[in-house]
Amino acid sequence: MDVKLKRDAILDNYQNPANRGLPDDKDYRQVNSRNESCVDNITVAAKIVDGKVEDVKFDGDACAICTSASSVMTKELKGKTKEEAEVIIDNFERMINELPYDEDVLGELNIYNEVYKQPSRKKCALLPMNSIKQIIESK
Amino acid sequence: MLNREDFEILNTGIIYFDNAATTQKPRSVVNKIVDYYTKYTANAHRGDYDISLKVDEEYESTRDKVKNFINAEDRSEIIFTKGSTESFNMIVFGFMAHYLQKGDEVILSKGEHASNLLPWISLAKQIGFTIRYASLEEDNSLSMENLKEMINSNTKVISLAHITNSIGDVRPIKEIGELCKENNILFVVDVTQSIGHLRVDVIENNISFLGFSAHKMLGPTGVGVLYGKKELLEKLVPLEYGGGMNIAFSSSGEYELKELPFRLEAGTRNIAGVIGLGAAIDYLENIGLQNIHEYELELKKYLVEKMKTVPNIKIYNETSPSGVLLFNVGNYFSQDVAIYLNKFKICIRAGNHCAKMLQEVICSTNTCRVSLYFYNTKEEIDKLIEALKDQDKILETVV
Ligand SMILES: Cc1ncc(COP(=O)(O)O)c(C=O)c1O
Repeated sequence: MDVKLKRDAILDNYQNPANRGLPDDKDYRQVNSRNESCVDNITVAAKIVDGKVEDVKFDGDACAICTSASSVMTKELKGKTKEEAEVIIDNFERMINELPYDEDVLGELNIYNEVYKQPSRKKCALLPMNSIKQIIESK
Repeated sequence: MLNREDFEILNTGIIYFDNAATTQKPRSVVNKIVDYYTKYTANAHRGDYDISLKVDEEYESTRDKVKNFINAEDRSEIIFTKGSTESFNMIVFGFMAHYLQKGDEVILSKGEHASNLLPWISLAKQIGFTIRYASLEEDNSLSMENLKEMINSNTKVISLAHITNSIGDVRPIKEIGELCKENNILFVVDVTQSIGHLRVDVIENNISFLGFSAHKMLGPTGVGVLYGKKELLEKLVPLEYGGGMNIAFSSSGEYELKELPFRLEAGTRNIAGVIGLGAAIDYLENIGLQNIHEYELELKKYLVEKMKTVPNIKIYNETSPSGVLLFNVGNYFSQDVAIYLNKFKICIRAGNHCAKMLQEVICSTNTCRVSLYFYNTKEEIDKLIEALKDQDKILETVV
């Protein structure tokens, strides 16, 4: 995918994020994550039923990479089993951290495959994953 | 532009606008540190040989320089620490922990840096004294009127920054010092952001304690100063025990500690750092703080004027009389702006500037901050303005 398409996809998810807004519903578990440089601040909420991620939402105050990655993440994880979600999260983290990974499982998350070139952006991309991992692991 | 040639990094095209975080170091400071490491490395206060005596001489001469720089009465009132953060923790946990009681009141402000808030908040939990926050005016400067109203017979301490790192407002410390004197209140001043920019006089301003870091005034990281009036510092209980600070101790459990300042400087100190701080003070005295301050105000005025020609800029502290400018560009997230400017080698800070409580006041969690120093130029500001005028490109940096 060329850079322009990737950029457009990222910006589209930044400007019109999917699944934004936290539900007022006890069936969702919420985890807030902030990055060390005191900037991005994202909360992810997920409803997990019978080992399946039924719904994921997010909200927060964050940069273009963090906000858009949260949006894409919610789309990619919705409807997956916990195990499938864990595989996606693991491969996404490997991609950002420049380790071998399986691009076939990442879907739209592949648009972040050049984030590693900007080290200061890595934490932003990984932040929503930090929240969702805690939610999935806790159930 | 003053003395730009002394800073090699400025020849590389880097435009350094993050001076409130740390300043660049002039050659003379770096050379002084290299000299210690290459010509007379030895421990301080320990040896009977020439190079060790030379270390003592240099180390202790920095103490005299600091004493003169802030106009302290006695050299033993100057304690070398790791930096402001350690200085404030010593003031709060070494002195205030034994001085304050339940029912006492300490006045702070929401514009303070974490290091002048969290120690107090933590100690207040243990002791039960009350923290009150002086209110801020519409322009986020301290309200003197409100400060006066807050003072009552329970007020024991006022602890404020001279210049805040968030919005760069300059507090009237002379007036506050007089208030403290009249009301028998201890006056603690965080001069971290002012020490390299404005004259700080502990006597004229009736300052009880102050703290600063060398790295924000051209000096090295890892070293700073705690100043306390002698009769107060005498009562500061050491937080660290070990070599260099004791006279004698025995297995019976008895021990005797040294006099000030050594009692509060346990273990091997940051010798190179202290010596480097001495060179930084020499450098600043050479240029003159008044010249630095005037030049910064001229730059800030220029920056504000130019910023107003850029569309969609919101400025938060136009009137603060220091080199700090806080702003946002349209709805762009501050970090996206900072990363975009990095493409032009322009270094600015995005975030909440370690003054998290200020969010409650300015209603914006994140801002961009430009903080100027004497080696910055109008041409550098022009480059920033040019980049900001091209703000449509800010988000192109996401890939
Ligand atoms: C006003 C103020 N106080 C205290 C500090 C803490 O200084 P340090 O991190 O060097 O201990 C800073 C640093 O940002 C500051 O700006």
